[in-house]
Amino acid sequence: MILEVCNVTKKFGGVTAIKDTSFHVNLKEIYGLIGPNGAGKTTMFNIITGNYEPTAGSVKFHGQRIDGIKPYKIVHRGIARTFQNIRLFKSMTVLDNVLIGFDYQATYTYFEAILRLPRFFKEERRVRERAFEIMEVLGIAEFADELATSLSYGSQRKVEIARALAANPQLLLLDEPAAGMNPQETHELAELFFKIRDEFDVTILLIEHDMKFVNKLCDRVMVLDYGKTIFEGDIKDAIKNEEVIKAYLGDFKHA
Amino acid sequence: MMNDAIFTKQRLINLGIIITAIWFTWYAQNTLDEYTVRIINNVAIFIILAVSYNLINGVTGQFSLEPNGFVAIGAYVVAILTVDAEGMLYQYDIEDPSAWVLAMQAEFIWALLLAGIISALLALSLSFPVFRVRGDYLAIVTLGFGFIIRILAINSPSITNGSLGINDIPEYSNYLYWTMGAAIITVVAILNIIYSKYGRAMKAVRDDEDAATAMGVDTFKIKTLAFSTSAFFEGIGGGLLAALLTSISPDLFTFFLTFQLLIIIVLGGLGSTTGAILGTIFVMAGLEWMRFLDEPISFMGIETEGTPGMRMVVFSLILILVMLFAREGLMGKKELKDLFKKKKANK
Repeated sequence: MILEVCNVTKKFGGVTAIKDTSFHVNLKEIYGLIGPNGAGKTTMFNIITGNYEPTAGSVKFHGQRIDGIKPYKIVHRGIARTFQNIRLFKSMTVLDNVLIGFDYQATYTYFEAILRLPRFFKEERRVRERAFEIMEVLGIAEFADELATSLSYGSQRKVEIARALAANPQLLLLDEPAAGMNPQETHELAELFFKIRDEFDVTILLIEHDMKFVNKLCDRVMVLDYGKTIFEGDIKDAIKNEEVIKAYLGDFKHA
Repeated sequence: MMNDAIFTKQRLINLGIIITAIWFTWYAQNTLDEYTVRIINNVAIFIILAVSYNLINGVTGQFSLEPNGFVAIGAYVVAILTVDAEGMLYQYDIEDPSAWVLAMQAEFIWALLLAGIISALLALSLSFPVFRVRGDYLAIVTLGFGFIIRILAINSPSITNGSLGINDIPEYSNYLYWTMGAAIITVVAILNIIYSKYGRAMKAVRDDEDAATAMGVDTFKIKTLAFSTSAFFEGIGGGLLAALLTSISPDLFTFFLTFQLLIIIVLGGLGSTTGAILGTIFVMAGLEWMRFLDEPISFMGIETEGTPGMRMVVFSLILILVMLFAREGLMGKKELKDLFKKKKANK
């Protein structure tokens, strides 16, 4: 078990965004968080990454509590994320974007950088080589020196995933990775995620609306609605579950 | 994938630029007249200020209005440390100088370093309240900081000689090796920061702070580093300025100084070090060169009387034109080497 969310509640003023939700993610699993807009899926992501503190409940990563820890420190522990609306560093090249993920892993100090001491060159070389390895896997190495925002939408998504992978995560959180993609691209993306899971040894937790995509990719899912869990378990059972179909995936039978 | 050949070629170019700058310093010091040397001194000092101001304002994207405060601190530290006790007793009219002010004496080089270190430490302590919150608080706090420093300088006559200021500061900076040397070191140090993981993180903070945090960047630490580094070099620049002008008073360090630097870095292109250097040369040397506009002009049979302030009118017009046609400043966010790259790609 890599991630354990226990009885998490999150309130914003009088609004309860997440109500007493529990789930766990197993090692090397692909786990899906699904549900209609406003169900609290992104709020859940923000709780796991430390951007929000839960009103009640706890989040455990490898058995250790991580709620209340600063977001950047949670990244150091091994959780990285992508955003729903792509958030690349717009003035930077693809390579520099990916290199940001290595920020905490390059171990030279400020003064070693200013004086250009040997460790600076050694470390920069090491992280650059790793960055190119990651970009090769995602097929964006050829764009290394281009401005990240000049790429196509699909490639920008890949840059964002590469950036998250550069942070050397054990758990990768993907917020609607297939949003805005056509069926062909979605299909390729699913293949890519299997490849990423195997090559980088990561567990993937993702938010998604595209049920075909979820069905293909996820081992288990949790269905949220208005902050409440209405289903948790195997994807095969989820799509047969009366309540899920009726209330939230009404059009799934036609899909 | 790392191309070693290009890597060393880039380094050779950098080395070439540094050698050219050193040669220029030597050439200018030995052949040019005193007036020109003085302008170059001034430009070199403002390059230090603009390039370091650009680190926090342009590269890290934190809108701060502090340079006049740190320049003042640097200037006063150097003035107090280099003017000897006899000179101080003679000058301090409002109140006698404090014993510790008289006792503090240092060589110019140590005085400069101390000016930088004191500024950096002050910046460090300022950043704790300021960077805990996001937004434009930094601008307000740093603006206030500049005012406070100036008022402190006016109201502590036993240390700063109040509004009379300190005179007869030994004139070290009218020697190009000091100012140009410091300018070269500053530019190299700041470029080394920008082209390292720290510089990348600074740009990341500017572009999207949340995303930077989500990649494991400690944004508070990065902003504090940028702010303190910027203050360090501004303190040194202030010290050099004191030793160039030989007399300083609180009125030198008003908000106008910050405003001037802001014009320089916006004109050059926020975030570009090359732009900050070009902007400084353009503004400082340009204003000096345009002095002829203030004098009577006879051009193609048209005679005008001397109009004092005419150069400021023309300068403002040029500023407006530049900002109209180059919204991102002369260089945008590009550096010198990016220009070469683009040329290659176009061919």
